[in-house]
Amino acid sequence: MQQLSLSHFTVTSALGSGLGATLAALRSRRSPLRPCDFETAALPTHIGAVDGLDAYPIGGALAAYDCRNNRLAQLTLDQDGFRAAVAKAVGRYGAARIGVFAGTSTAAIFETEQAFRRLDLATGALPPDFPYRETHNTFSIADFVQRALGLEGPAVSISAACASTAMTFAAASRMIEFGLCDAAVVGGVDSLCLTTLYGFHALQLTAEGPCRPFDAARDGISIGEAGGFALLERDGGDGGVSLLGFGESSDAYHMSSPHPEGLGARRAMEKALAAAGLRPSDIDYVNLHGTATKVGDAAEDRAVAELYGHVTPCSSTKGLTGHTLGASGIVEAVISALGILHGFIPASPTTEVVDPKLESRYLSEGAEQKLRRVMSNSFGFGGGNCSLIFGRA
Amino acid sequence: MELYLEGIGLCAGGLPNWAESRDVLAGRSPYRSDELVMTASPLLPPAERRRTTDTVKLAMTVGSEAIAHAGLRAEDTASVFTSSGGDGRTITAILEVLASPEREVSPTRFHNSVHNAPAGYWSIATRCREASTSICAYDFSFAAGLLEAATRVLAERRATLLVAYDLPYPPALAACRPVAAPFGTGLVLAPERTARTLASLAVALRRPPVHETVLDDPALEALRAGVPAASALPLLLALARGDAGEVVVPYVADSGVAVHVNPVAYDR
Repeated sequence: MQQLSLSHFTVTSALGSGLGATLAALRSRRSPLRPCDFETAALPTHIGAVDGLDAYPIGGALAAYDCRNNRLAQLTLDQDGFRAAVAKAVGRYGAARIGVFAGTSTAAIFETEQAFRRLDLATGALPPDFPYRETHNTFSIADFVQRALGLEGPAVSISAACASTAMTFAAASRMIEFGLCDAAVVGGVDSLCLTTLYGFHALQLTAEGPCRPFDAARDGISIGEAGGFALLERDGGDGGVSLLGFGESSDAYHMSSPHPEGLGARRAMEKALAAAGLRPSDIDYVNLHGTATKVGDAAEDRAVAELYGHVTPCSSTKGLTGHTLGASGIVEAVISALGILHGFIPASPTTEVVDPKLESRYLSEGAEQKLRRVMSNSFGFGGGNCSLIFGRA
Repeated sequence: MELYLEGIGLCAGGLPNWAESRDVLAGRSPYRSDELVMTASPLLPPAERRRTTDTVKLAMTVGSEAIAHAGLRAEDTASVFTSSGGDGRTITAILEVLASPEREVSPTRFHNSVHNAPAGYWSIATRCREASTSICAYDFSFAAGLLEAATRVLAERRATLLVAYDLPYPPALAACRPVAAPFGTGLVLAPERTARTLASLAVALRRPPVHETVLDDPALEALRAGVPAASALPLLLALARGDAGEVVVPYVADSGVAVHVNPVAYDR
């Protein structure tokens, strides 16, 4: 496939807002996960929250889009000169030639959750002026980003649970290849809400303490929230980070459990390698999906060990960011890009004892080393999988 | 983008499937809107059948019909699922529980609430491990699905199933998001002309100002205008009539997706 350059990117998560804060937090090896204090949630679990969103409303022409999810999008877009980079791209290509491919799993359902506590008792209806389209609807994230950046090209939200934002790279790449746009803003946002906190708790998939990926005593996920965006363009040969390949697959197994042998995961990784024209030995580090559930980590380990043996270092950064669900793909794409640019493998500080039953080379202490190519995995409910490969152009 | 249509699925009130709806869509017999009764796909194992929602049933019905029409194996076919919103009934049930003191969310409801639930059930039922995506572009979700499926077909040089579906929301959400009726359609798109080709489709993005295709029949036009997935109707009418021509489907930012239809085997 054609290589596409990540000519600009940014991320905001519990680790901090923007690349500088994220890089410093990754290297500090301190997990910001904390006991759940989100709104009225009363659950024995930890969360990875982005603080300060309450004081960051959306005003002006886009005031109808004001909600936690779009606030996190706004905060993310305001970091690292991302808006200026997109404005420059508009100058090069025109607003109609830049697409928006944004992932989310729950968009702004949090605002609808609150509205349901105040339903009209007589009619049982939400007020007709409730901004469903601009907040709760899955398209709200792509729509908001397109308007906030003044773009007029193709726009779509991808919502395939925890694989959502990873898949935006694949969709954008195809759209650029077939001439529907010249550049694309990819990524997306997922924000804390009661639906996911109580839903994952009901599935008995949330850990009580901070999540411990690949730990022998791992007992579930810590839900987090994050936003991240990247500007994808045809390779400018500037020596930055490029998307070298992607692979998508389905598990065809179960709605909320991965295939126990990791068949779908393996297929996504193999397709990504084939698309990039690479062998497993060409990959220097695998950023795992690694959510810290018993079965999820075991299934991914099996697939990774079959491809990479006990050779290629791998780790999950979910102990640092929490599982940011639909946003995890872009968060980990940006972490992979930072690893390539700054030469390090991120640590997994909440992992105390790596599960001896797992066979891949899990590097919980991280490492300072040159990375040429990194694979990043994202797997979701419904069995949708997406693996991405990033590297120096 | 040049594509070839190999199979069609359709399910809506008064339009029970493609074969039985062609005369209506071609204007040879009158359209009568009917209540739609959804049944679970026999492809699903019994345990999954009990847990599926109307959203999953509708998407699987039109997907199965399109795949069978094309004579393909679902197991080998990548898919694109597009809908203007999530599963309203499932999400409403969760929202009601979260607004109650107990907040006891059903685990099955929770995993059924994801936008890609139909894609997940489809892949389980058909044992398909090929790529699948689930997308949303509000009122423009059918056009977005066409672009996503078309670029996938051309990139992979393989047939891809596009499934577009929408159902009305329960009263609370329906007050701020009216969807007139259930509507689902499935299209199998392929990169090359084969013996199975029904029509060639030239798909292109059209800059504003665009004039979306509207329908002459008032009842069908009400369906088209009232349900985002029914944006597919002008294309389906052209296919049913067997006439060559262009239809324009509304897309984001006042743009449109133009489809030039050239039927080659409209009697199948």
